[in-house]
Amino acid sequence: MIPVWAQLLYLLGAVCFILALKGLSGPKTARNGNLIGAFAAVLACALPFFYADLDHVPLILAAIAVGTAGGVYGARTVQMTQMPQMVALFNGVGGGAAALVALLELHEIVELTDAGFDVEGFTLVATAFTILVGSISFAGSIVTFAKLQELMTSRPVVFPGLPILFGGGFLGAVVLSVLLVREPTMWLGIVIGLLGLLVGVLLVMPVGGADVPIVISLLNAFTGLTVAAGGYVLSNTLLLVAGTLVGASGTFLTLLMAKAMGRSVANILFGALKGGSTLGAGEASDRPVKSAGPEDVAIMLGYADKVIIVPGYGLAVAQAQHTLRELVDLLIARGTEVDYAIHPVAGRMPGHMNVLLAEAQVPYEQLIEMDEINDDFKDADVVLVVGANDVVNPAARNTPSAPIYGMPILNADQAKAVVFLKRSMRPGFAGIENELLFEPETTLLFGDAKDTLGKTLTAVKAL
Amino acid sequence: MNEGVVWLTIFILSVFVGIEVISKVSSTLHTPLMSGANAIHGVILLGAIIVTGSTDNNIALVVGLIAIVLAAVNMVGGFVVTDRMLQMFVRKKPTAKPAEGIEK
Repeated sequence: MIPVWAQLLYLLGAVCFILALKGLSGPKTARNGNLIGAFAAVLACALPFFYADLDHVPLILAAIAVGTAGGVYGARTVQMTQMPQMVALFNGVGGGAAALVALLELHEIVELTDAGFDVEGFTLVATAFTILVGSISFAGSIVTFAKLQELMTSRPVVFPGLPILFGGGFLGAVVLSVLLVREPTMWLGIVIGLLGLLVGVLLVMPVGGADVPIVISLLNAFTGLTVAAGGYVLSNTLLLVAGTLVGASGTFLTLLMAKAMGRSVANILFGALKGGSTLGAGEASDRPVKSAGPEDVAIMLGYADKVIIVPGYGLAVAQAQHTLRELVDLLIARGTEVDYAIHPVAGRMPGHMNVLLAEAQVPYEQLIEMDEINDDFKDADVVLVVGANDVVNPAARNTPSAPIYGMPILNADQAKAVVFLKRSMRPGFAGIENELLFEPETTLLFGDAKDTLGKTLTAVKAL
Repeated sequence: MNEGVVWLTIFILSVFVGIEVISKVSSTLHTPLMSGANAIHGVILLGAIIVTGSTDNNIALVVGLIAIVLAAVNMVGGFVVTDRMLQMFVRKKPTAKPAEGIEK
């Protein structure tokens, strides 16, 4: 039994987690919110050392030190562009940890039942749930990481029989869970965990392109629920509350993200199985386009009254955000009105682009969200699209057969002129051709964005 | 009151609180919020510590220590990476606007 003072401190931790999530959802309070969450987590993990009669304390402390060092190293060294896969990896190891904790709990339960004690049925249900969903989250997150890190193809991977294997694996795991509740044995738990790994891999395989980040959010919610179930098994209210908070808010966040892309979660997960993924041909087109040099673009920008920048993931890949900021600062100094139009899914996750531009010290007030800026495009003299593609693709509005049809886009096509900075004619992350590239008011400037922006910057200075 | 019902009550109320507290988040903060929530479920470290500290089986001890390492990576890494993201939002404060309409 946990002493009352410790229970009260767990309650304090739970309240802190609620305040942390609350803080994280507002720009001014976000950083403090995160710190409150970190405080509560450290407090909670310190508590058992004071009230529980723990064995193996030196080993436990060593393991915590190893994990802490690994986590801090990863978190400090990761590039801002690789943030989504880092979150996926952290989420995966959390899910894996929860599954292992549940296996250990099962080990104790088996010992108890062997000794003739009765274990409540629902505890066993929660244990099986934690093992299964924790393994799914672990394997799914690792595959997501591999996709985003480009260790494997980011295209949907579908093979005949995948739905059967997926369904069979999942059903098998459920059946074994029922058996485990009736008669708990260790090997049943291990097989459930292995089936969970299989189901996790198969769940994420068919998801491709721009949908991968939404899956991270979904798996995050899964891990939250796993932790909640683990909390029930361990009779720990803090784990129950923290896990449930993350499970609920994570599910809600997933729906928000899917809505920002104009897609349903079911379509994201299972769309590729019926051929409706956001990923299209992925091939370069050889239709004629109008291309220009940095000097031409400099003249267009230098004499424009109003310029809107549409930044995309390509900008971040080229590490060109600092050069872009210099160019924008110069244009503003010349009297041009410049804004950044931020699509909700610019970059690779919602809000990712804001993080990347904030890193380059672009003032917050220059970043305008889609709904607020979409009416301004028709007044813009030049729209400069840097490494973005799908978020300005009119096919989302005009072509019902296009995989991204229905996704809200930035109205770049309404501007007087559009300049694309692109490395090549290869389509964007969603892999579909952008008709805007072939419009007469569109100019293309080929090359690495950092390089071409630098040359444009020099040319504007010389005007 | 039935103990199971108490747990169910906590669970259901937490679901509503979890949705309610983030319902007004702007899309700008989706990534840091996801990352912060991700760090919070790293508190499974607490569970890993408790089960590992109460086992007397060598295999279970090894599995428990692995769980502790993984959970600590999740928790500590998650909070540090979220802080790094959020640092960038506040590093450069927008220049203070001149006070308007101050009258005596």
